[in-house]
Amino acid sequence: MFAGAPQYIVSGLTQGAAYGLIGLGFTMIFNTTGIINFAQGEFVMLGGMLSVCLSVAGLPLPLAIVAACLATAVIGGLMERLAIRPLAGAPPVNAVIITIGVSILLRGGAMLAFGKDTLALPAFSGVKPILAFGAAIQPQSLWVLAVTLALLAALKLFFTATIQGKAMLACACQKKAASLVGISVARMALLSFAISGLIGATAGAILAPITMTAYDVGMMLGLKGFAACILGGLGNPFGAAAGGLILGILESFGAGYVSSGYKDAFAFIVLLLLLFVKPSGLFGKAGVERV
Amino acid sequence: MPLQTILLALCALFVAAGPASAAEPIRLGAVLSVTGPASFLGEPEKNTILMEVDKINAAGGVLGRPVEVIILDDETDVNKAVLAVDRLIKKENVAAILGPTTSGNSLAVMGKAAAAKVPLISCSAAEKITKPVNPYIFKVAPSDRLAVARILAHAKTKGYKKLAILTVSDGFGQAGREVLKELVPAEGFELTADEVFGPKDTDMTAQLTKIQGTSPDAVICWGTNPGPAVVAKNRVQLGLTTPLYMSHGVASKKFIELAGDAADGLLLPAGKITAAAKLPGTDAQKAQLVAYATAYDERYKAPVSTFGGHGYDSLHLAVRAIADAKSDKPEAIRDALEKIKGFAGIGGIFTFTPEDHAGLGPDAFIMLGIEKGDWVIVGP
Amino acid sequence: MKRPVIGQSVVQAGLFLLLLLAVPAALPNEYYLSICILGSLNAVIAVGLNLLMGYAGQVSLGHAAFYGLGAYATAIATTRFGLPIPVGMAAGVTLAAAVAWIVAAPTLRLKGNYLAMATLGFGIIISIVFNEAVDLTGGPSGYVGIPRLALFGYTFESDRSYYTLMAVVLALVVLVALHLMKSRTGRALRALHVSEKAASSLGIDIAAHKRFVFVLSAALAGLAGVLYAHYLSFIAPASFGFSFSVQLVVMVVLGGMASVWGSVAGAFFLTALPEALREFEDIDILVYGAILVLTIMFLPDGLAGGLKRLGRKLRRVGVDHAG
Repeated sequence: MFAGAPQYIVSGLTQGAAYGLIGLGFTMIFNTTGIINFAQGEFVMLGGMLSVCLSVAGLPLPLAIVAACLATAVIGGLMERLAIRPLAGAPPVNAVIITIGVSILLRGGAMLAFGKDTLALPAFSGVKPILAFGAAIQPQSLWVLAVTLALLAALKLFFTATIQGKAMLACACQKKAASLVGISVARMALLSFAISGLIGATAGAILAPITMTAYDVGMMLGLKGFAACILGGLGNPFGAAAGGLILGILESFGAGYVSSGYKDAFAFIVLLLLLFVKPSGLFGKAGVERV
Repeated sequence: MPLQTILLALCALFVAAGPASAAEPIRLGAVLSVTGPASFLGEPEKNTILMEVDKINAAGGVLGRPVEVIILDDETDVNKAVLAVDRLIKKENVAAILGPTTSGNSLAVMGKAAAAKVPLISCSAAEKITKPVNPYIFKVAPSDRLAVARILAHAKTKGYKKLAILTVSDGFGQAGREVLKELVPAEGFELTADEVFGPKDTDMTAQLTKIQGTSPDAVICWGTNPGPAVVAKNRVQLGLTTPLYMSHGVASKKFIELAGDAADGLLLPAGKITAAAKLPGTDAQKAQLVAYATAYDERYKAPVSTFGGHGYDSLHLAVRAIADAKSDKPEAIRDALEKIKGFAGIGGIFTFTPEDHAGLGPDAFIMLGIEKGDWVIVGP
Repeated sequence: MKRPVIGQSVVQAGLFLLLLLAVPAALPNEYYLSICILGSLNAVIAVGLNLLMGYAGQVSLGHAAFYGLGAYATAIATTRFGLPIPVGMAAGVTLAAAVAWIVAAPTLRLKGNYLAMATLGFGIIISIVFNEAVDLTGGPSGYVGIPRLALFGYTFESDRSYYTLMAVVLALVVLVALHLMKSRTGRALRALHVSEKAASSLGIDIAAHKRFVFVLSAALAGLAGVLYAHYLSFIAPASFGFSFSVQLVVMVVLGGMASVWGSVAGAFFLTALPEALREFEDIDILVYGAILVLTIMFLPDGLAGGLKRLGRKLRRVGVDHAG
């Protein structure tokens, strides 16, 4: 009956960790600016594509990945500065449409710069699977899980122990109050886009050896990331990570036990049912409505 | 006075245009998926057509006139393909249409071309395009049935009894899946599992684990990059040794690059062009194939694929028909196309008849294996 | 309060129809007519979606699903079951509306981004069904052989006749939308957009109003789907996926939220833009993205708002000159 379950769990956790990281990127931007960033998936794509291209160009793999992540962070910052900030005062839906426009630009730019082919990145430490608990675990899966945990820990530290992090939290709680106590909301927005670019690109880079990458992978990954943070409760970074893991497991079990064709539908049906029962996600606070 | 001036100017134009019209180009149109999910097909098709048009014109064109191909990108989108075909027929007044690249887009635009009585030579494979025969519609890509037959013949020689299939859930995979589900039992095999994966899926270990549970003798995976490369990698990661057949959808060096070491030992049916250099010297088509492969490699610094060959075949068939018909009238081209016999293209030898607008026989495919990152011919 | 409001919408829609009917005479060839047909199909959906988004303030990232339900329902009804085309069309619109009615109850309780996610998820589930229910829908390779539209013994064979039909349909849809927004229901919808609590304390049945406008906009999408299927005579799931849902939202916002005319403008603009950009060849996608970003940046209230301001400025210039 439960044949293959350990394998499904391993696959699900790997995919899920990546979804969680992407969801984390959404959360960072949403918390400081209230915007759902449709270009989040493109950050993931850029992380993967830039890593591949830099390593092909001769950079050692670790250096290529770090450079790719930093470059994407800069692109995130530029996006905020050039496309989002000039909008100040416009309704949030306009900002969302802008992010859609930016995602088209990034995707098109990547297509022209890197070509339309799918590219592969070598695994960080070989492809010899580790056999444990009746499942074959790829070393890269461990990398994905470890990097996700490390990033979560770093974020936790950032929010609790640094002044920038606390300022960002303040923006998330109450923008006006934050600016009254002297926090530059604009700078926090810039920072959040940069960090979110960094997180997205990291997800793209660590995932690329498993899934490969191409200029058009961003949309689907972005979608899954958005689903992850809604599942966990929008605004809660750890909810997003947990949501990602749950989504990954759902998909993998859906493919294994329900039907591989309907696995995405299965994951989304569970998500919808959950929303009907808990309208603000698993770990989200029920919103207070202003009258 | 102004009216007279205009009339005079118009007359002058016509006089000037008169003698020049002898060298006026013959206009062909092409609708190709140069971008979007099917760009891996459309881009080599476009490159090949551009290259071959230059070659044809350098050799004096056809009927003493140069050939001009207006290539429109449909972005692998049905609506854009329809608009592109409309534009070619109604605005550009082309004599014939090459493409579209994908089966879905071909099925969507067939009616438009036929209604306008403009011949269309599709670069896609679906049997529905030429079955039933539409007088104006032809295709050059070999039917999936031929590829499946090659795989099953190979499986029979190996003595396999139980087969599992893993197909991608897009037009290509679905067409393959339908033929596989029909032919696998019909040829006396047991179909143990029928799994699918999404075109953008990035992990197929769940499907492979499930398939392994049914202990097949071999697995047939039907898809186009990157899915099958992921399947190949996942198979190695899971430590599976069950033989794995791929489809002709990944018959390009790109697949070996993507799958890396995981590609070793895989088998697939492919057009002869894929391993042109490895063909025995006795093969009648070898010289032509090698010449095309070398020219393509020189101009685009990229390895050839069967897909570019579809562009080659559709263009050269149209040009040959124009030469045979001694006319660039769409209807004359159609009539001439239907009479073409024994035309040596990249995809095989084409012979069209009023009942057969696909034109290829089963010898369009050979069986290839992958060893140390290169092709080896393992059977006809 | 002006009294003859309804008369005013009729006049506006009538003038619009005359304008639409005059368009073919100005076109150099029939290729542009195909763009206009696709543009009016998109406009029908966009106007409906704007009723939901712009007026009632409810997001939907799944409207392509209703478009697809309409298209597949009439395709299957007319070919597989051999039903007459009008019956197939009615089935398409009804199915889209019925599914919307069922989905509305649990979904519209959600707010903001959660609502966006729920509608998005719904859209994806439906598009997966289009892909996977191969026996019914023909699967990813599409559904072939849908008959061209024929009503009362007349077949809309030429693109010219199909365009005339689309012009009439679009003008009617615009009329309904204009009329609705000036009615009591329209005012209630706008009230609940501003504040659901305030609206409900005024005695407006929030849930019923939201459900009504959701079903109406889904029915319009279904109508467009039906007309699309009988126009193209071929449909494939790729046309009804997430990216089309997003494109519809972009049409509404780019055109101008809460503006019927804006949605029409947005739909035609975004349908024609990629065709116009063909001259740019490879970089067309970059130009497309840039135009999208710049339009929103410089016209925060969309094409409709931009045109309105332009009109006001021209009028002022005229007054200055006169004075």
